[in-house]
Amino acid sequence: MKPAEFDHARAGGVGDALARLASAEGFAKPLAGGMSLGPMMNLRLAQPDLVVEIRGIAALRRVEDRGSHLLVGAGVTHSAIEDGEIPDVTNGMMAFVAGGIAYRAVRNRGTIGGSIAHADPAADWPTALLSLGAEVAIAGPGGERTTPLADFQRGAFTVALAADEIVTGLSIPKLSAAARWGYYKICRKPGEFADSIGAVVLDPDRVLCRVVLGATDGAPLQVPALAGRVLAAGAGGVSIAEARRVLADQGASFDEYKTQIHAVALSRAIEGAFAR
Amino acid sequence: MTKVSLTVNGEPVRAEVEPRTSLADFLRERLRLTGTHLGCEHGVCGACTLSIDGVPMRSCIVYAVSCEGAEVTTIEGFDDDAVMASLREAFTENHGLQCGYCTPGMLVTARDIVTRLPDADERRVRLELAGNLCRCTGYVGIVRAILAVLDRRRAGG
Repeated sequence: MKPAEFDHARAGGVGDALARLASAEGFAKPLAGGMSLGPMMNLRLAQPDLVVEIRGIAALRRVEDRGSHLLVGAGVTHSAIEDGEIPDVTNGMMAFVAGGIAYRAVRNRGTIGGSIAHADPAADWPTALLSLGAEVAIAGPGGERTTPLADFQRGAFTVALAADEIVTGLSIPKLSAAARWGYYKICRKPGEFADSIGAVVLDPDRVLCRVVLGATDGAPLQVPALAGRVLAAGAGGVSIAEARRVLADQGASFDEYKTQIHAVALSRAIEGAFAR
Repeated sequence: MTKVSLTVNGEPVRAEVEPRTSLADFLRERLRLTGTHLGCEHGVCGACTLSIDGVPMRSCIVYAVSCEGAEVTTIEGFDDDAVMASLREAFTENHGLQCGYCTPGMLVTARDIVTRLPDADERRVRLELAGNLCRCTGYVGIVRAILAVLDRRRAGG
Protein backbone atom coordinates (compact mmCIF):
# COMPACT_ATOMS: atom_id res chain seq x y z
CA MET A 1 0.00 0.00 0.00
CA LYS A 2 2.83 2.37 -0.85
CA PRO A 3 2.79 4.33 -4.10
CA ALA A 4 5.11 3.56 -6.98
CA GLU A 5 8.03 5.95 -7.40
CA PHE A 6 7.29 9.34 -8.88
CA ASP A 7 8.97 12.69 -9.33
CA HIS A 8 7.56 15.73 -7.58
CA ALA A 9 7.48 19.39 -8.57
CA ARG A 10 6.00 22.29 -6.64
CA ALA A 11 4.28 24.72 -8.98
CA GLY A 12 4.75 28.38 -8.07
CA GLY A 13 1.70 29.51 -10.03
CA VAL A 14 -0.78 28.43 -12.68
CA GLY A 15 1.64 29.28 -15.52
CA ASP A 16 4.42 27.30 -13.85
CA ALA A 17 2.10 24.33 -13.31
CA LEU A 18 1.07 24.36 -16.99
CA ALA A 19 4.69 24.58 -18.14
CA ARG A 20 5.67 21.64 -15.96
CA LEU A 21 2.76 19.55 -17.20
CA ALA A 22 3.52 20.44 -20.83
CA SER A 23 7.22 19.57 -20.59
CA ALA A 24 6.72 16.39 -18.56
CA GLU A 25 8.02 13.13 -19.90
CA GLY A 26 5.54 10.33 -19.39
CA PHE A 27 2.36 10.56 -17.32
CA ALA A 28 2.05 13.77 -15.27
CA LYS A 29 -0.75 14.57 -12.84
CA PRO A 30 -1.60 17.78 -11.00
CA LEU A 31 -2.06 17.19 -7.25
CA ALA A 32 -4.26 19.52 -5.19
CA GLY A 33 -5.54 18.04 -1.91
CA GLY A 34 -4.68 14.53 -3.03
CA MET A 35 -7.60 13.03 -1.13
CA SER A 36 -8.63 10.95 -4.17
CA LEU A 37 -5.37 10.74 -6.11
CA GLY A 38 -3.43 9.85 -2.93
CA PRO A 39 -5.44 6.70 -2.18
CA MET A 40 -5.34 5.69 -5.86
CA MET A 41 -1.56 6.10 -5.89
CA ASN A 42 -1.20 4.19 -2.62
CA LEU A 43 -3.26 1.38 -4.15
CA ARG A 44 -1.15 1.73 -7.33
CA LEU A 45 -4.27 2.21 -9.42
CA ALA A 46 -2.61 5.47 -10.50
CA GLN A 47 1.13 5.51 -11.19
CA PRO A 48 2.08 8.95 -12.46
CA ASP A 49 5.71 9.60 -13.42
CA LEU A 50 5.44 13.18 -12.25
CA VAL A 51 3.21 14.85 -9.68
CA VAL A 52 2.83 18.61 -10.04
CA GLU A 53 1.80 20.06 -6.70
CA ILE A 54 -0.75 22.87 -7.19
CA ARG A 55 -2.05 23.08 -3.62
CA GLY A 56 0.05 26.11 -2.75
CA ILE A 57 -1.21 28.27 -5.62
CA ALA A 58 -3.14 31.17 -4.07
CA ALA A 59 -4.82 32.10 -7.38
CA LEU A 60 -6.67 28.78 -7.29
CA ARG A 61 -8.30 29.66 -3.98
CA ARG A 62 -9.94 32.87 -5.16
CA VAL A 63 -13.68 33.36 -4.93
CA GLU A 64 -15.23 36.03 -7.15
CA ASP A 65 -18.74 37.40 -7.49
CA ARG A 66 -19.44 37.71 -11.21
CA GLY A 67 -22.99 39.04 -11.08
CA SER A 68 -25.12 36.11 -12.17
CA HIS A 69 -22.43 33.60 -11.14
CA LEU A 70 -20.02 32.90 -8.32
CA LEU A 71 -16.58 31.73 -9.38
CA VAL A 72 -15.20 29.29 -6.82
CA GLY A 73 -11.48 28.61 -7.18
CA ALA A 74 -10.58 24.99 -7.84
CA GLY A 75 -8.42 24.92 -4.71
CA VAL A 76 -11.21 25.81 -2.29
CA THR A 77 -11.61 22.96 0.21
CA HIS A 78 -14.82 21.11 1.03
CA SER A 79 -14.58 22.22 4.68
CA ALA A 80 -14.36 25.90 3.65
CA ILE A 81 -17.62 25.46 1.73
CA GLU A 82 -19.14 23.44 4.60
CA ASP A 83 -18.28 26.23 7.05
CA GLY A 84 -19.78 28.98 4.88
CA GLU A 85 -16.46 30.66 4.12
CA ILE A 86 -17.66 31.37 0.58
CA PRO A 87 -20.85 33.34 -0.23
CA ASP A 88 -23.96 31.19 -0.30
CA VAL A 89 -25.49 31.50 -3.79
CA THR A 90 -27.30 28.14 -3.77
CA ASN A 91 -29.65 28.57 -0.81
CA GLY A 92 -27.46 26.33 1.30
CA MET A 93 -27.10 23.45 -1.15
CA MET A 94 -23.33 23.61 -1.58
CA ALA A 95 -22.67 23.81 2.17
CA PHE A 96 -24.97 20.82 2.70
CA VAL A 97 -23.28 18.76 0.00
CA ALA A 98 -19.78 19.71 1.20
CA GLY A 99 -20.61 18.65 4.77
CA GLY A 100 -21.48 15.15 3.57
CA ILE A 101 -18.24 14.47 1.70
CA ALA A 102 -16.10 11.76 3.29
CA TYR A 103 -14.84 12.85 6.73
CA ARG A 104 -13.77 16.18 8.21
CA ALA A 105 -10.08 15.20 8.04
CA VAL A 106 -10.54 14.63 4.30
CA ARG A 107 -12.72 17.72 3.75
CA ASN A 108 -9.99 19.86 5.34
CA ARG A 109 -7.66 19.09 2.44
CA GLY A 110 -9.75 17.85 -0.50
CA THR A 111 -10.75 20.46 -3.08
CA ILE A 112 -13.79 21.12 -5.24
CA GLY A 113 -11.69 21.37 -8.41
CA GLY A 114 -9.84 18.18 -7.63
CA SER A 115 -13.09 16.31 -7.18
CA ILE A 116 -14.39 17.57 -10.53
CA ALA A 117 -11.15 16.76 -12.37
CA HIS A 118 -10.97 13.31 -10.76
CA ALA A 119 -14.60 12.52 -11.73
CA ASP A 120 -15.30 9.58 -9.48
CA PRO A 121 -18.94 8.70 -10.30
CA ALA A 122 -19.68 8.11 -6.60
CA ALA A 123 -18.27 11.48 -5.50
CA ASP A 124 -20.59 14.34 -4.56
CA TRP A 125 -19.54 17.38 -6.60
CA PRO A 126 -19.93 15.84 -10.09
CA THR A 127 -23.63 15.20 -9.43
CA ALA A 128 -24.38 18.23 -7.23
CA LEU A 129 -22.70 20.77 -9.51
CA LEU A 130 -24.32 19.30 -12.61
CA SER A 131 -27.71 19.83 -10.97
CA LEU A 132 -26.69 23.45 -10.33
CA GLY A 133 -25.70 23.94 -13.97
CA ALA A 134 -22.07 24.79 -13.15
CA GLU A 135 -19.37 25.54 -15.68
CA VAL A 136 -15.73 24.54 -15.45
CA ALA A 137 -12.94 27.11 -15.85
CA ILE A 138 -9.84 25.57 -17.37
CA ALA A 139 -6.36 26.92 -18.05
CA GLY A 140 -4.09 25.45 -20.71
CA PRO A 141 -1.26 26.40 -23.03
CA GLY A 142 -3.73 28.21 -25.31
CA GLY A 143 -5.15 30.36 -22.49
CA GLU A 144 -8.34 30.00 -20.51
CA ARG A 145 -11.59 28.38 -21.54
CA THR A 146 -14.91 27.63 -19.92
CA THR A 147 -17.03 24.60 -20.60
CA PRO A 148 -20.38 23.42 -19.21
CA LEU A 149 -19.92 20.65 -16.66
CA ALA A 150 -22.36 18.55 -18.70
CA ASP A 151 -19.85 18.53 -21.60
CA PHE A 152 -16.82 18.20 -19.33
CA GLN A 153 -17.96 14.98 -17.66
CA ARG A 154 -17.48 12.20 -20.20
CA GLY A 155 -17.60 9.05 -18.09
CA ALA A 156 -16.25 7.38 -14.98
CA PHE A 157 -12.92 9.08 -14.15
CA THR A 158 -13.03 10.61 -17.63
CA VAL A 159 -13.24 14.33 -18.32
CA ALA A 160 -12.59 16.65 -21.25
CA LEU A 161 -9.29 17.91 -19.87
CA ALA A 162 -6.03 17.64 -21.80
CA ALA A 163 -2.88 16.41 -20.06
CA ASP A 164 -1.44 19.93 -20.16
CA GLU A 165 -4.51 21.67 -18.73
CA ILE A 166 -5.75 22.22 -15.19
CA VAL A 167 -9.14 23.07 -13.73
CA THR A 168 -8.90 26.55 -12.20
CA GLY A 169 -12.43 27.04 -10.92
CA LEU A 170 -16.13 26.31 -10.98
CA SER A 171 -18.63 28.91 -12.07
CA ILE A 172 -21.84 28.47 -10.10
CA PRO A 173 -25.06 30.16 -11.33
CA LYS A 174 -26.80 31.96 -8.47
CA LEU A 175 -30.17 30.53 -7.51
CA SER A 176 -33.09 32.88 -6.97
CA ALA A 177 -34.48 33.26 -3.44
CA ALA A 178 -37.46 31.04 -4.30
CA ALA A 179 -35.32 28.19 -5.61
CA ARG A 180 -35.49 24.81 -3.91
CA TRP A 181 -33.11 21.91 -3.91
CA GLY A 182 -32.96 18.34 -2.73
CA TYR A 183 -29.97 16.05 -2.33
CA TYR A 184 -30.21 12.46 -1.17
CA LYS A 185 -27.28 10.09 -0.90
CA ILE A 186 -27.46 6.38 -0.18
CA CYS A 187 -24.34 5.16 1.64
CA ARG A 188 -23.57 2.07 3.69
CA LYS A 189 -22.00 4.36 6.30
CA PRO A 190 -21.70 8.14 6.58
CA GLY A 191 -18.70 9.32 4.61
CA GLU A 192 -18.39 6.26 2.40
CA PHE A 193 -18.63 6.69 -1.35
CA ALA A 194 -22.28 6.71 -2.34
CA ASP A 195 -24.21 3.77 -3.78
CA SER A 196 -26.63 6.26 -5.29
CA ILE A 197 -27.13 10.03 -5.32
CA GLY A 198 -30.25 11.95 -6.28
CA ALA A 199 -29.99 15.71 -6.83
CA VAL A 200 -32.69 18.16 -7.81
CA VAL A 201 -32.63 21.92 -8.28
CA LEU A 202 -35.89 23.74 -8.93
CA ASP A 203 -35.86 27.46 -9.66
CA PRO A 204 -39.42 28.49 -10.58
CA ASP A 205 -38.40 32.14 -11.19
CA ARG A 206 -36.14 30.98 -14.00
CA VAL A 207 -38.52 28.16 -15.10
CA LEU A 208 -35.68 25.79 -14.51
CA CYS A 209 -35.46 22.32 -13.07
CA ARG A 210 -32.65 19.79 -13.19
CA VAL A 211 -32.77 16.27 -11.83
CA VAL A 212 -29.49 14.35 -11.76
CA LEU A 213 -28.64 10.77 -10.81
CA GLY A 214 -25.14 10.06 -9.50
CA ALA A 215 -23.08 7.02 -8.48
CA THR A 216 -23.91 5.32 -11.77
CA ASP A 217 -21.32 3.43 -13.85
CA GLY A 218 -20.50 6.57 -15.78
CA ALA A 219 -20.88 10.32 -15.69
CA PRO A 220 -23.84 11.69 -13.69
CA LEU A 221 -27.07 11.19 -15.58
CA GLN A 222 -29.56 13.99 -16.20
CA VAL A 223 -33.16 12.82 -15.94
CA PRO A 224 -35.08 15.42 -17.96
CA ALA A 225 -38.44 13.61 -17.80
CA LEU A 226 -38.43 13.84 -14.00
CA ALA A 227 -37.30 17.47 -14.15
CA GLY A 228 -40.24 18.26 -16.43
CA ARG A 229 -42.63 16.54 -14.06
CA VAL A 230 -41.29 18.42 -11.02
CA LEU A 231 -41.48 21.73 -12.84
CA ALA A 232 -45.06 21.08 -13.97
CA ALA A 233 -46.50 19.41 -10.88
CA GLY A 234 -44.68 21.31 -8.10
CA ALA A 235 -44.94 19.84 -4.65
CA GLY A 236 -46.47 16.48 -5.62
CA GLY A 237 -43.26 14.53 -5.38
CA VAL A 238 -42.38 11.57 -7.53
CA SER A 239 -43.04 8.02 -6.35
CA ILE A 240 -40.35 5.35 -6.46
CA ALA A 241 -42.38 3.42 -9.06
CA GLU A 242 -42.61 6.51 -11.21
CA ALA A 243 -38.87 7.14 -10.95
CA ARG A 244 -38.24 3.53 -11.99
CA ARG A 245 -40.51 3.95 -15.01
CA VAL A 246 -38.77 7.13 -16.09
CA LEU A 247 -35.33 5.52 -15.79
CA ALA A 248 -36.54 2.57 -17.90
CA ASP A 249 -38.08 4.90 -20.51
CA GLN A 250 -34.78 6.77 -20.67
CA GLY A 251 -33.07 3.50 -21.60
CA ALA A 252 -31.05 3.17 -18.38
CA SER A 253 -29.83 -0.39 -17.95
CA PHE A 254 -29.16 -0.88 -14.26
CA ASP A 255 -29.64 -4.22 -12.55
CA GLU A 256 -32.64 -4.67 -10.27
CA TYR A 257 -30.86 -3.58 -7.08
CA LYS A 258 -29.30 -0.49 -8.66
CA THR A 259 -32.57 0.46 -10.36
CA GLN A 260 -34.33 0.37 -7.01
CA ILE A 261 -31.78 2.39 -5.01
CA HIS A 262 -31.44 4.93 -7.83
CA ALA A 263 -35.22 5.36 -7.93
CA VAL A 264 -35.31 5.72 -4.14
CA ALA A 265 -32.52 8.34 -4.18
CA LEU A 266 -34.28 10.35 -6.89
CA SER A 267 -37.67 10.13 -5.21
CA ARG A 268 -36.27 11.20 -1.81
CA ALA A 269 -34.23 14.03 -3.33
CA ILE A 270 -37.38 15.42 -4.94
CA GLU A 271 -39.32 14.94 -1.71
CA GLY A 272 -36.54 16.80 0.12
CA ALA A 273 -36.73 19.73 -2.28
CA PHE A 274 -40.31 20.35 -1.26
CA ALA A 275 -39.87 19.55 2.43
CA ARG A 276 -37.13 22.14 2.90
CA MET B 1 15.07 12.98 -3.31
CA THR B 2 13.27 16.23 -2.65
CA LYS B 3 13.97 18.80 0.03
CA VAL B 4 11.24 19.74 2.44
CA SER B 5 11.15 21.95 5.50
CA LEU B 6 8.29 21.92 7.95
CA THR B 7 7.54 22.26 11.65
CA VAL B 8 6.80 19.15 13.67
CA ASN B 9 5.52 19.60 17.22
CA GLY B 10 6.98 23.09 17.28
CA GLU B 11 10.46 22.06 16.10
CA PRO B 12 11.74 23.02 12.64
CA VAL B 13 12.60 19.99 10.52
CA ARG B 14 14.57 19.94 7.26
CA ALA B 15 14.92 16.74 5.33
CA GLU B 16 15.42 15.12 1.96
CA VAL B 17 12.72 12.60 1.22
CA GLU B 18 11.56 10.38 -1.59
CA PRO B 19 8.42 12.01 -3.04
CA ARG B 20 6.42 8.83 -2.45
CA THR B 21 7.05 8.86 1.31
CA SER B 22 3.82 9.56 3.16
CA LEU B 23 3.86 12.07 5.98
CA ALA B 24 3.00 9.23 8.37
CA ASP B 25 5.97 7.12 7.24
CA PHE B 26 8.25 10.16 7.41
CA LEU B 27 7.18 10.87 11.01
CA ARG B 28 7.45 7.26 12.11
CA GLU B 29 10.55 6.08 10.24
CA ARG B 30 12.66 9.23 10.12
CA LEU B 31 11.60 11.20 13.19
CA ARG B 32 10.72 8.14 15.30
CA LEU B 33 7.38 9.69 16.24
CA THR B 34 5.58 6.38 16.37
CA GLY B 35 2.46 7.71 18.04
CA THR B 36 1.00 8.19 14.56
CA HIS B 37 -0.41 4.83 13.53
CA LEU B 38 -1.04 3.46 10.05
CA GLY B 39 -4.01 1.22 9.36
CA CYS B 40 -5.54 1.16 5.91
CA GLU B 41 -3.13 3.55 4.15
CA HIS B 42 -5.85 4.86 1.88
CA GLY B 43 -7.64 7.41 4.01
CA VAL B 44 -10.50 5.29 5.34
CA CYS B 45 -9.64 4.04 8.86
CA GLY B 46 -8.51 7.30 10.49
CA ALA B 47 -5.68 5.82 12.59
CA CYS B 48 -3.14 8.22 11.04
CA THR B 49 -5.19 11.37 11.67
CA LEU B 50 -3.06 14.23 12.99
CA SER B 51 -3.10 18.00 12.89
CA ILE B 52 -1.73 19.95 9.92
CA ASP B 53 -1.89 23.74 10.20
CA GLY B 54 -4.33 23.39 13.08
CA VAL B 55 -6.88 21.06 11.52
CA PRO B 56 -7.15 17.26 11.37
CA MET B 57 -5.92 15.54 8.23
CA ARG B 58 -4.94 12.04 7.09
CA SER B 59 -1.18 11.58 7.16
CA CYS B 60 -1.25 8.36 5.10
CA ILE B 61 -2.49 10.10 1.94
CA VAL B 62 -0.51 13.30 2.41
CA TYR B 63 3.04 13.05 1.10
CA ALA B 64 5.85 14.50 3.21
CA VAL B 65 6.97 16.60 0.21
CA SER B 66 3.51 18.19 0.16
CA CYS B 67 4.10 19.60 3.65
CA GLU B 68 6.54 22.38 2.75
CA GLY B 69 6.04 25.10 5.37
CA ALA B 70 3.32 23.14 7.18
CA GLU B 71 2.91 22.99 10.94
CA VAL B 72 2.36 19.38 11.90
CA THR B 73 1.27 18.30 15.36
CA THR B 74 1.32 14.59 16.14
CA ILE B 75 -0.19 12.99 19.22
CA GLU B 76 3.18 13.46 20.95
CA GLY B 77 2.86 17.21 20.39
CA PHE B 78 -0.36 17.37 22.38
CA ASP B 79 1.28 16.29 25.65
CA ASP B 80 0.81 19.72 27.24
CA ASP B 81 -2.50 20.58 25.55
CA ALA B 82 -5.26 21.14 28.11
CA VAL B 83 -8.10 19.92 25.86
CA MET B 84 -6.17 16.77 25.01
CA ALA B 85 -5.41 16.19 28.69
CA SER B 86 -9.10 16.23 29.54
CA LEU B 87 -9.86 13.92 26.60
CA ARG B 88 -7.14 11.45 27.66
CA GLU B 89 -8.57 11.40 31.17
CA ALA B 90 -12.12 10.90 29.86
CA PHE B 91 -10.99 8.08 27.54
CA THR B 92 -9.45 6.34 30.57
CA GLU B 93 -12.50 6.86 32.78
CA ASN B 94 -14.97 5.71 30.12
CA HIS B 95 -13.00 2.78 28.71
CA GLY B 96 -12.52 4.60 25.41
CA LEU B 97 -9.76 2.27 24.31
CA GLN B 98 -8.59 -1.30 24.56
CA CYS B 99 -5.69 -2.08 22.21
CA GLY B 100 -4.99 1.60 21.59
CA TYR B 101 -4.31 1.35 17.87
CA CYS B 102 -7.02 3.82 16.82
CA THR B 103 -6.53 6.06 19.86
CA PRO B 104 -4.10 8.72 18.52
CA GLY B 105 -6.42 9.35 15.54
CA MET B 106 -9.49 9.17 17.78
CA LEU B 107 -8.04 11.77 20.13
CA VAL B 108 -7.17 14.19 17.32
CA THR B 109 -10.70 13.82 15.88
CA ALA B 110 -12.21 14.11 19.36
CA ARG B 111 -10.27 17.32 19.97
CA ASP B 112 -11.65 18.72 16.69
CA ILE B 113 -15.19 17.78 17.74
CA VAL B 114 -15.08 19.39 21.18
CA THR B 115 -13.41 22.59 19.94
CA ARG B 116 -15.29 23.05 16.63
CA LEU B 117 -18.70 21.75 17.67
CA PRO B 118 -19.29 22.80 21.30
CA ASP B 119 -23.03 22.04 21.03
CA ALA B 120 -22.63 18.55 19.55
CA ASP B 121 -25.03 15.89 20.85
CA GLU B 122 -24.50 12.13 20.77
CA ARG B 123 -25.84 11.81 17.22
CA ARG B 124 -23.46 14.46 15.94
CA VAL B 125 -20.50 12.97 17.82
CA ARG B 126 -21.19 9.58 16.24
CA LEU B 127 -21.50 11.16 12.79
CA GLU B 128 -18.21 13.01 13.19
CA LEU B 129 -16.53 9.78 14.33
CA ALA B 130 -17.58 7.94 11.15
CA GLY B 131 -14.08 8.40 9.75
CA ASN B 132 -12.26 6.74 12.65
CA LEU B 133 -12.60 2.99 12.97
CA CYS B 134 -12.22 1.12 16.28
CA ARG B 135 -12.25 -2.67 16.36
CA CYS B 136 -12.29 -3.08 20.16
CA THR B 137 -14.68 -0.83 21.97
CA GLY B 138 -17.87 -0.75 19.94
CA TYR B 139 -17.51 3.04 20.19
CA VAL B 140 -19.74 3.35 23.28
CA GLY B 141 -16.86 4.30 25.60
CA ILE B 142 -15.35 6.66 23.03
CA VAL B 143 -18.65 8.48 22.46
CA ARG B 144 -19.22 8.69 26.23
CA ALA B 145 -15.74 10.12 26.77
CA ILE B 146 -16.21 12.83 24.15
CA LEU B 147 -19.66 13.71 25.49
CA ALA B 148 -18.21 13.95 29.01
CA VAL B 149 -15.60 16.48 27.85
CA LEU B 150 -18.25 18.42 25.90
CA ASP B 151 -20.41 18.56 29.03
CA ARG B 152 -17.49 19.67 31.17
CA ARG B 153 -16.58 22.43 28.70
CA ARG B 154 -20.19 23.60 28.47
CA ALA B 155 -20.30 23.78 32.25
CA GLY B 156 -17.22 26.00 32.08
CA GLY B 157 -14.83 23.45 33.57
